[in-house]
Amino acid sequence: MEFFHRATSFPFMSTRKVWYGLSIVLILISLVSLSVRGLNFGVDFTGGVTVQAAFPSAVNRDTVTSALVQAGYADPQVTIFGTSREIAIRLPPTKDNTEAVRTRLDQILRGVDAGVEVQQVVVVGPQVGGELLSSAWKALGATLVLIAGYISWRFHTWRLSLGAILAVLHDPILVLGTFSLSRTTFDLTVVAAILAVIGYSLNDTVVVFDRIRERFHGNRRLQPVVVLDQSINQTLSRTIMTKVVTLIVVVALYVLGGPVLRGFSEALIIGILAGTYSSIYISSAVALDCGLKAEHLLPSAVKSPVDSMP
Amino acid sequence: MLEFPRWKYVLVALVMFVAAVLALPNVFGEDPALQIERKDRAPMDDQARQSIEDLLHKQQIVIRRDYIDNGRLIVAFNDVASQIKARDTVDATLADIDRSALSNATRAPAWMRKLGLKAMPLGLDLRGGLYLLYQVDVNGAVSQLLDSYQQSFRRGLAEAKIPFTDVAAFNSGAGQVTDGLRVTLPPGSDTSAVTSALRKVDNSLTFRSAAGAEGPEVDMVLTPAQIKAREDYALEQNRTTLMNRVNELGVSEPIVQRQGLDRINVQLPGVQNSAEVKDLLGKVATLEFRLVDTQDSPLQAQQSGHAPLGAKLYKRKDGSPILLKREVVVTGDELTQATSTTSQEGPAVSIKLDARGAESMQRTTRLNVGKPLAVVFIEKSRHQVDLNGQKVERNVTTETVINVATIRGVFGPQFEVTGLAIGEARDLSLLLRSGSLAAPVDVVEERAIGPSLGQENIDKGVRALEIGMLAVFVFMFIYYHAFGLVADAVLLANVVLLTALLSMLRASLSLPGIAGIILTVGIAVDANVLIYERIREELRNGVSPQAAIRAGFDKAFSAIADSNVTALIAGLALWVIGTGAIRGFAIVLTLGIATSMFTSLMGSRALITLMYGGRAKVARLSIG
Repeated sequence: MEFFHRATSFPFMSTRKVWYGLSIVLILISLVSLSVRGLNFGVDFTGGVTVQAAFPSAVNRDTVTSALVQAGYADPQVTIFGTSREIAIRLPPTKDNTEAVRTRLDQILRGVDAGVEVQQVVVVGPQVGGELLSSAWKALGATLVLIAGYISWRFHTWRLSLGAILAVLHDPILVLGTFSLSRTTFDLTVVAAILAVIGYSLNDTVVVFDRIRERFHGNRRLQPVVVLDQSINQTLSRTIMTKVVTLIVVVALYVLGGPVLRGFSEALIIGILAGTYSSIYISSAVALDCGLKAEHLLPSAVKSPVDSMP
Repeated sequence: MLEFPRWKYVLVALVMFVAAVLALPNVFGEDPALQIERKDRAPMDDQARQSIEDLLHKQQIVIRRDYIDNGRLIVAFNDVASQIKARDTVDATLADIDRSALSNATRAPAWMRKLGLKAMPLGLDLRGGLYLLYQVDVNGAVSQLLDSYQQSFRRGLAEAKIPFTDVAAFNSGAGQVTDGLRVTLPPGSDTSAVTSALRKVDNSLTFRSAAGAEGPEVDMVLTPAQIKAREDYALEQNRTTLMNRVNELGVSEPIVQRQGLDRINVQLPGVQNSAEVKDLLGKVATLEFRLVDTQDSPLQAQQSGHAPLGAKLYKRKDGSPILLKREVVVTGDELTQATSTTSQEGPAVSIKLDARGAESMQRTTRLNVGKPLAVVFIEKSRHQVDLNGQKVERNVTTETVINVATIRGVFGPQFEVTGLAIGEARDLSLLLRSGSLAAPVDVVEERAIGPSLGQENIDKGVRALEIGMLAVFVFMFIYYHAFGLVADAVLLANVVLLTALLSMLRASLSLPGIAGIILTVGIAVDANVLIYERIREELRNGVSPQAAIRAGFDKAFSAIADSNVTALIAGLALWVIGTGAIRGFAIVLTLGIATSMFTSLMGSRALITLMYGGRAKVARLSIG
């Protein structure tokens, strides 16, 4: 089986202005949403209490919410998961310990259904949350800087580096934007997923760039736009194949992994889709518009160290 | 002909064999078990094992198997009900000599256990338990250090017979915390004599003299390095103390580790009741020895609410007031050993002092024969108090004089203290033995994960892994035929290798860790896809099959290396910042990238060369 029986020759580069426009619109929507609505941070980051409980049969969200309000909890956030039997309750910060929260919630939820089981109680102090958030941003920043450094060292020309860095920035912004728009809880696992996306989405860009360099090696008189189109086409079936396989496992995680991994797998799915798109339409296209030519990649016939390996 | 050096075949085979052996214990699963150890840490022997077996048989509890591991007896059962019943039986009959803890016993055969082969430990989210994150008040540790220097300075100046107005802590302004001591002297004093007297207390301190408003001053300011060392010491000391106390709780496989600059996390598998555990872990109890102030009237001090200069008002156990001198003869820090015993006068704690404490005790008792010496029992614990109708947790310190005795002779470094109830004597000796907390601690994060949720999380994670991998396997076979099967074998080898590494490193597996394994499967496919697509491309260009294979591996190498480096950078960043479950994910991701490089470049090439390399000419490749 093959996705493409013959070598493809889609003219990717000729439509790049359209895709630039699309990306700019999506990024603007994301940034606006991020600055207006912000992210729905989980207790990892804000501090507070979450309780996870399982009912013997499907339960109504409003029933649980009103039971909590009656018990004196102002504005409890109740989320219902897949089977409608599992719920997560988010409560504001408290001085109580997990034991006290468990006893109290047990009592309240028993009023809804006597067969309820409180499965997990998490109490996070506000200080811890603030620190985690700042260390998460630092990690994101440090990763981007390190990767940018690696790319600039690896590809000899700023044209490719700029393309790759823009593509790398593009993907996490879209993931953050989606989380902001959908109000999905943004917790530490989502940050982990975004970092994985940053590392992973660059895969495609690097593979395409590698091919571009190889094509220029083969024939340095070719038009850059031709080389770029050829390189993307030649790596296209690999790109799609890899993404399909990764999406298979990540979707399995999304469907079967349960509530803990829901946000994590969602971020990965969006990131992988955005990464595929950005490696085709952002990184290469930006390099082309920056005036990429053969001589930028072949600095006086000095071979790159990796090429001389087996 | 395709060539693949023989030593590489041997290497691949060897690595995979070792990995398979290391990963094997994970296959067997676990039974609910009871872990029993002697309270005095003496190793269990066959006789003890026999008697516990007999005890359980009498209660009609079916034992699946039992063995001695590291001096502890592990008894495995068929179900949780028997496990709980057995624990209750052991606790009821053998509580005096044995300590039991609920745990899990691997079903792996004995020889594996004896070789030290163990399954990956499961994180709390997969087995249930209690997670506590303690914030250590490191500033408190610095002020404790200053307090103890203040005592020594007063002592040192008194010994050198140098008059002084006051010794007090002050903030030099270098940092946020109070970081120095100021000795104020009467006008006209000689500061150099003071400095040399204080040097004798601790030679590593730096002093500077200045002219103050009320007379000359000598300042001692701790250097940033000294502050850092103290904070570090406090953190390490608290970790050790918490670890010792956790061990006294009898929890199986507890984890107590430092986190960041001022935090300690405690993971207690199988524990659910946080209130009880927090109470014991955060408790501070110690003894202090002070001379009794016999010149002033304690009743008068109690009525006026003011203690006379140089004295402090205390209460005895019966509530009556007593005045003690401000100078501490021996502090709790100077106790090195404490064991509960019984004396003629009832329960007692046998105390041993360190050199500094012993010297101070010896000197004080020699100079004060015939005078009374008091023992103060200090207990700090957190209590919920009602504050304007709101429940607030507060540190509560109670100081009680438990014993006043007339000094009959010079005290050596070891003696007995009476005046405590049996339970108090035992608790005190336990808390003194586990070490005191060098700085106050406070719980800032708490997670209680029920055992059923743990099992559910394992089931979900494993199911996602199985289904995800199966789908990938089928898809790769359909897409690449025989080469797809090679890729499948390589993916499987990758999971085995990763499991082996994780088991060897004893990195605990969490749900995000399982997600990392699943993601690694997806990423590991990429290397194979790059190679196969390259081979197909070469074939399309009319290259002969064997040359296509060679070119595929060679030309895909730089793309594979490059693309993995970036993922590795992200994985390492995550490893460095992450804690708990996130770090688990980062470890899996980083190791997974490394193992996938090995399996796809070496393993996959070895298999394909085995398939196609031997023949002189290959007409067609089964690559879909």
